[in-house]
Amino acid sequence: MRHLLSIADLSAAQAIQILDTAEELSRVSDGPMKKLPTLRGRTIVNLFAEDSTRTRISFEAAAKRLSADVINFSAKGSSVSKGESLKDTAQTLQAMGADAVIIRHSASGAAQRLADSQWMTGSVINAGDGTHEHPSQALLDAFTIRRNLAHGGSDLTGIHVAIVGDILHSRVARSNVLLLTKLGAQVTLVAPPTLLPTGVESWPVSVAYNFDDVIDKVDVVMMLRIQLERMSELFFPNAREYSHYFGLNRDRLKAMKPSAIVMHPGPMNRGLEITADSADSARSVILQQVTNGVTVRMAILYLLLAGSQEL
Amino acid sequence: MTTSFVIKGGKLPDGSQSDIAIAGGLISAIGSDLPVANATVIDGKDCVVLPGLVDLHTHLREPGKEDAETVLSGSQAGVRGGYVALSAMANTSPVADTAGVVEQVFRLGQSAGLLDVFPIGAVTQGLAGEELAEIGAMADSAARVRVFSDDGHCISDPLVMRRALEYVKKFDGVIAQHAQEPRLTQGSQMNEGIVSSQLGLKGWPAIAEEAIIARDVLLADHVQARLHICHLTTAGGVEIIRWAKQRGIQVTAEVTPHHLLLTDELARSYDPIYKVNPPLRTEADVMALREALADGTIDIVATDHAPHPAESKECEWQEASFGMIGLETALSIVTKTIFDTGLLTWSAIADRMSYAPARIGLYAEHGQEIRVGAPAHLTVMNPTKSIRVDRDLVSSRSRNTPFHGMELPGVVMATFFKGNLSYKAGA
Amino acid sequence: MERAITRISHEILERNSGSDSITLLGIPTRGAHLAARIASKIEAIEGRSPQCGTLDITLHRDDLRMRPPRALMPTTIPSLGVENRNVILVDDVLFSGRTIRAALDALGEIGRPASVQLAVLVDRGHRQLPIRADYVGKNLPTSLTQIIKVHFTELDGVDEVTLEEGLA
Repeated sequence: MRHLLSIADLSAAQAIQILDTAEELSRVSDGPMKKLPTLRGRTIVNLFAEDSTRTRISFEAAAKRLSADVINFSAKGSSVSKGESLKDTAQTLQAMGADAVIIRHSASGAAQRLADSQWMTGSVINAGDGTHEHPSQALLDAFTIRRNLAHGGSDLTGIHVAIVGDILHSRVARSNVLLLTKLGAQVTLVAPPTLLPTGVESWPVSVAYNFDDVIDKVDVVMMLRIQLERMSELFFPNAREYSHYFGLNRDRLKAMKPSAIVMHPGPMNRGLEITADSADSARSVILQQVTNGVTVRMAILYLLLAGSQEL
Repeated sequence: MTTSFVIKGGKLPDGSQSDIAIAGGLISAIGSDLPVANATVIDGKDCVVLPGLVDLHTHLREPGKEDAETVLSGSQAGVRGGYVALSAMANTSPVADTAGVVEQVFRLGQSAGLLDVFPIGAVTQGLAGEELAEIGAMADSAARVRVFSDDGHCISDPLVMRRALEYVKKFDGVIAQHAQEPRLTQGSQMNEGIVSSQLGLKGWPAIAEEAIIARDVLLADHVQARLHICHLTTAGGVEIIRWAKQRGIQVTAEVTPHHLLLTDELARSYDPIYKVNPPLRTEADVMALREALADGTIDIVATDHAPHPAESKECEWQEASFGMIGLETALSIVTKTIFDTGLLTWSAIADRMSYAPARIGLYAEHGQEIRVGAPAHLTVMNPTKSIRVDRDLVSSRSRNTPFHGMELPGVVMATFFKGNLSYKAGA
Repeated sequence: MERAITRISHEILERNSGSDSITLLGIPTRGAHLAARIASKIEAIEGRSPQCGTLDITLHRDDLRMRPPRALMPTTIPSLGVENRNVILVDDVLFSGRTIRAALDALGEIGRPASVQLAVLVDRGHRQLPIRADYVGKNLPTSLTQIIKVHFTELDGVDEVTLEEGLA
């Protein structure tokens, strides 16, 4: 594995290897051993052409715990925002000796363009490209679900996950649909018809327009962030109607199975797609997702960079 | 260089073996074993001689974007592809919406001297879709414009489209519509479908094309005017045009070579060499377009040759420009998708690539059958030879061809314009 | 093999005055099995089971870049930890010494033992670092082309040590 560009490229076995590696690493970082020498001498660049604090910090923490050197190249004030092309940025990073580039970009396919181009030789890790994929998020989500619900199993067979919200524009949804089904879970998408992509019938999922039909049947409720700009693009009439039909409120929280958990990739719009008490309830594993994010990203960096490049 | 030629050992479009002699700019003789004294011999072995190809949709970029292409370089690309006439679309900078700009383009074509460049005039001022451009002045100018198009933009206001259709009746002109409902395609990147849903690229639904075609054929019927649909890409669009023709509506349609071969699956690489307006569609659409070209629902092949400089394509998909070059590979693609598949004979292909485009554009000198006394505009092509497309060896100034590395059948061996050898392979 | 393990267990108890202060840490995979064997031998002798766990050294190896990434093995530190304990690292074969060097680094990040001792079943020589074992089952001089394998019944169905010629 030289790059991590999309879940679509991973086999189930590779995905499970990442989860298992993360499981071991979490034992290490839960204990007193906070820093490991494994990636000492490697340079990892965070190329964040789109704003994101949490993902960037998560990757940075993961890299530093493995003793790698981290360089941050973020959108505001950098040459990327002044219109320097992706190609020039990549060639500059190559000249600086980057072993890996973690790229977050507003253009779908940007990570793949970087990896396929001849502009640089390091590993490319997709930290979110447009509305296409966000592989490390899906991996940490699967890791969290596995820990909470798989009872020792290595995959997610028999677990039913509902993904709720703006599926059309969500890279988190796309990556999760691919990964969860690859690992044997059952996935139901819940959204208004305007926020489901044409062609969703070809996805290995069920679709529901009515949240209440689904809420008491699933083991995981994964809420997606809804952007208010979508209102001006006529995807739904207003915030009130959206949260009435698709928000995780107290009544829906109560209707969930006793063992079911609540997830959210963050950042949350408290009060819009998820109420404060749902987010803070005992069923919510949202903070676990954040912690797991660092360990899963450590696993990704280890598997991509620690060994030799030939497979 | 002599002005007399004999093409020896080639076949006419109807399949009959015949030599062709050219003198004084005209076809002087057609028959077997023509004498070759005082004439340059062109070897036509294994070749078919077609009437010179006429393109009704070319972007020559001059004035304004000469880094991508000029009238001269576009002409050089054209003759290499077997073309004797190109139609320069109006979306230049400044826009070709006045007699002055179209005459400039016309004169540039004449001084290049390799083929006829017929400027297409804009329908609306600045291509803004609101006020009519000086259509009459352009028609009367030295360029004698008969085809008008806002290509690049859709004439989406139905009132503007109606007025334009009516106005050009005065001189039997034709409005060529770029069918793309803007409200359904804001920010769209590729065909809306299964592939776009997986790739996270904003979709461009087929109905954005079909809805405009449906509206415009009804308008054309109502005002009894000629309508031409540019770069048709959808099976649904084909059905609407078939219906319209059955009702006797004066609509014609074109298809590009790339839409006869390529599908939206290619976008999976996120390589913007495949980004084009209108977008590549599905396999079902490709098959419907081929059948439509075969049965005449689609009247012509037009290249929509759209050169772009390297930096417009060496970037993320979203940032890239839409368009592909196509003059030099057009006949090869048609050979591969239409002739080699048995859909049409050379005779019919001659109609789709020469007679019909000339008829639609009212280019009187072109699209004439190969007969003694006709102007010698000829394309000599060997369908048994093949060529590996190399983007570094194109004559166009831009290299954005989606066929780089592909082995294609059909090589143009020679092109004749007004009886002069405008291109010879290997020269 | 059984006798060697018994002797090593007695030597450990003798040198550390019993089993109270020791923490056995086996290096996976085979060192972990060996450590478990030693632990149950000690339990049989003393009547109490000693502190026993595993220490994976993959993340501290100095040769990671030479091969595709290796899977991580479990690290389990027993309840009393390593602070102020006499840690006994256990591995099946001592060769270049690099594995033990990595184990010392890994151990150092977990805590500060009172002492670190090393028990191995086979010492085959060819040290590349200044590392020595405190308890050795058998010294087996070998050439660099030879391969030594230690098999445990729990893992391979038989208890044995094999020596074979490898590729030059």
